[in-house]
Amino acid sequence: MAHLIGQLTFLVLLGTAGFFFARRIGQIRKNIQLGRDVDRSDRKSERWATMARVAMGQSKMVVRPVAGIMHLVIYAGFILINIEVLEILIDGIFGTHRVFAPYLGGFYDVLIGLFEWLALGVLVACVVFLVRRNVLPIARFRSPEMKGWPKNDANIILVVEVLLMFAFLSMNAADGIAQARGLDHYIAAGSFPVSQWLQPLYAGLSDAGVVAVERGAWWFHIVGILGFLVYVPYSKHFHIFLAFPNTWYSDLTPAGQLDNMAAVKKEVDLMMSGDPFAAPAEPASDVPAEPAPFGAKDVKDLTWKQLMEAYSCTECGRCTSVCPANATGKLLSPRKVMMDTRDRVEEVGRAINAAGGDWGQGDGKSLLGDYISEEELWACTSCQACVEACPINISPMGIILDMRRSLIMEDSKAPEPITAMFNNVENNGAPWAFPAADRGKWTDELANES
Amino acid sequence: MALTVPTLAEMNARGESPEVLFWVGCAGSFDDRAKRITKAIARILNAAEVPFAVLGAEESCTGDPAKRAGNEFLFQMQAAQNIAVLNGYGVKRIVTGCPHCFNTLKNEYPELGGDYEVMHHTQFIQQLIADGRLKVADGQPFKGKRITFHDPCYLGRGNGEYEAPRAALAALDADLVEMRRCKKNGLCCGAGGAQMFKDAEKGNREVNHERTDDVLATGAKVVATGCPFCNTMMTDGVKNAEREGDIEVKDIAELIAEAADLL
Repeated sequence: MAHLIGQLTFLVLLGTAGFFFARRIGQIRKNIQLGRDVDRSDRKSERWATMARVAMGQSKMVVRPVAGIMHLVIYAGFILINIEVLEILIDGIFGTHRVFAPYLGGFYDVLIGLFEWLALGVLVACVVFLVRRNVLPIARFRSPEMKGWPKNDANIILVVEVLLMFAFLSMNAADGIAQARGLDHYIAAGSFPVSQWLQPLYAGLSDAGVVAVERGAWWFHIVGILGFLVYVPYSKHFHIFLAFPNTWYSDLTPAGQLDNMAAVKKEVDLMMSGDPFAAPAEPASDVPAEPAPFGAKDVKDLTWKQLMEAYSCTECGRCTSVCPANATGKLLSPRKVMMDTRDRVEEVGRAINAAGGDWGQGDGKSLLGDYISEEELWACTSCQACVEACPINISPMGIILDMRRSLIMEDSKAPEPITAMFNNVENNGAPWAFPAADRGKWTDELANES
Repeated sequence: MALTVPTLAEMNARGESPEVLFWVGCAGSFDDRAKRITKAIARILNAAEVPFAVLGAEESCTGDPAKRAGNEFLFQMQAAQNIAVLNGYGVKRIVTGCPHCFNTLKNEYPELGGDYEVMHHTQFIQQLIADGRLKVADGQPFKGKRITFHDPCYLGRGNGEYEAPRAALAALDADLVEMRRCKKNGLCCGAGGAQMFKDAEKGNREVNHERTDDVLATGAKVVATGCPFCNTMMTDGVKNAEREGDIEVKDIAELIAEAADLL
């Protein structure tokens, strides 16, 4: 009977967590689809290779070895301990105990031993990460955009992971004691190379006490994981899922290449055709409702990939730490650009839901202006250091340059010297006010050198 | 030594075609300091007996600074105009004196109808040395001298070229040292993305001063550059550190030309 109640409780919890997780994923998907279309379906084999190398292989994480290797431990722990979670799920649903053990025999002991070592590794890495974030003077964890929720979010995740790993090890420790005492239901299975050190903590307990610790830790662990599942898509930690599609859909062109805007190309082609009265091929029947704006003023003007990047960002701040503008005290922080984009698309998504799906004229706010200032945008040197540094191929620079396009082509807003540069290029074919005829002057000088 | 550089129009009129078109760029055409780099490149091409020409007055800004400042219209107008000229002459190979021109011509023009084989001058120079077309060993004015190379963003990160400029420098038999931040991790000089044409936003430091600290930490006596804008920024940075007396800022083309006794 007690077993049945346990199983039912477990199923209800599992279903509830699954429901909230799926609902949240659906919302994120909807929000990402607010973005413009961009085709990232080409060069498939290269995309699989990029995902394998960058997301699975963590090739860009280990560029910084200390954080990179510890992250690798947590990543490996997460993936492999999930095999154990699968067993826990089956045990929970069917009321079994260590259901895999009879099938795997000696290999089961090896696996459990490996999981224990990984759990210890994850635990240690998370503690070190907590110290790095909260004690050590590491600049990228202390930027203005990390105050408040982002800092708490990071700490919550690390603390929860520490607690989960401790619960996992406590469960095994108590299980080991129960097995040694030959308690009913506790088959002899698994090896406990790490949790044996925790056994003294629980060895003085009665049989009922040991079972209570084992069951308590089991429930804490699995409920914690289900809670985590619901929490993660609201958190920066969502990168554990999105890192994979985000790298698959990477921009595969050279980092220096900036896209040519197709809408502009159409107009330029028309102008260059030489016929001032030439009109584009008659669109009579399929007239677009309104022309798409140039550049990005709000999240809907960004591509769905850029919005996916905003949800994939885990706020590690490697971009900001290598940004020359940020390093010299300018307002620009590439990480903040990504965080602002996510905050804004969340806001827009909520507003659309509140308006019953039809948002009409919007809320009078926009990403450009209300979240990201012109001063931030004009500090970028387009050096691509942020793009290079991102462990999962996010491009904050792409968003920055798209917003400059909106500033210039929609609002005609530029710092005065930039306007002067435009005028020079337009009139003299050079960013400075030199006549084109003087372009060859250096050849004259060379011809006259002795 | 006097040297005549033909325009493509002149060469065409003689019924000849060049091995490469030398795309000089705006800085290389108008800025006095950058013109010295341009001349060094011309002298190298001449010494290696590479038949080359320039566009002269027919060359126009690639549109890079306009594009990166957000003016896609102006960029594409410039591109259309340049592509019309280049295609009109049937240009196949281009060597640029500037990594921004290099990146734009190589990556952004093809989709607009301008498909060329584009090389940065450091790549081409390295190739000339490797092929034995250019000899730099004589004299060796830089033998043992400590030199550090500042990666231009649009050659390095932008296009993944880190080795050619270093291989070219290796011909100098100098003491080549790397800065703390180099290659993929190289720090920008602060001029890209149209920053060259405006004041920096409010901050607590100039980017080129920050970069100069990296140079000073190496103890290098020469900062090798591959971009006219980096050259300006690093020259200013060295001046700001009051080290212009003992640290030179020179383009790789100038160093090679000097070593090859062409200046």
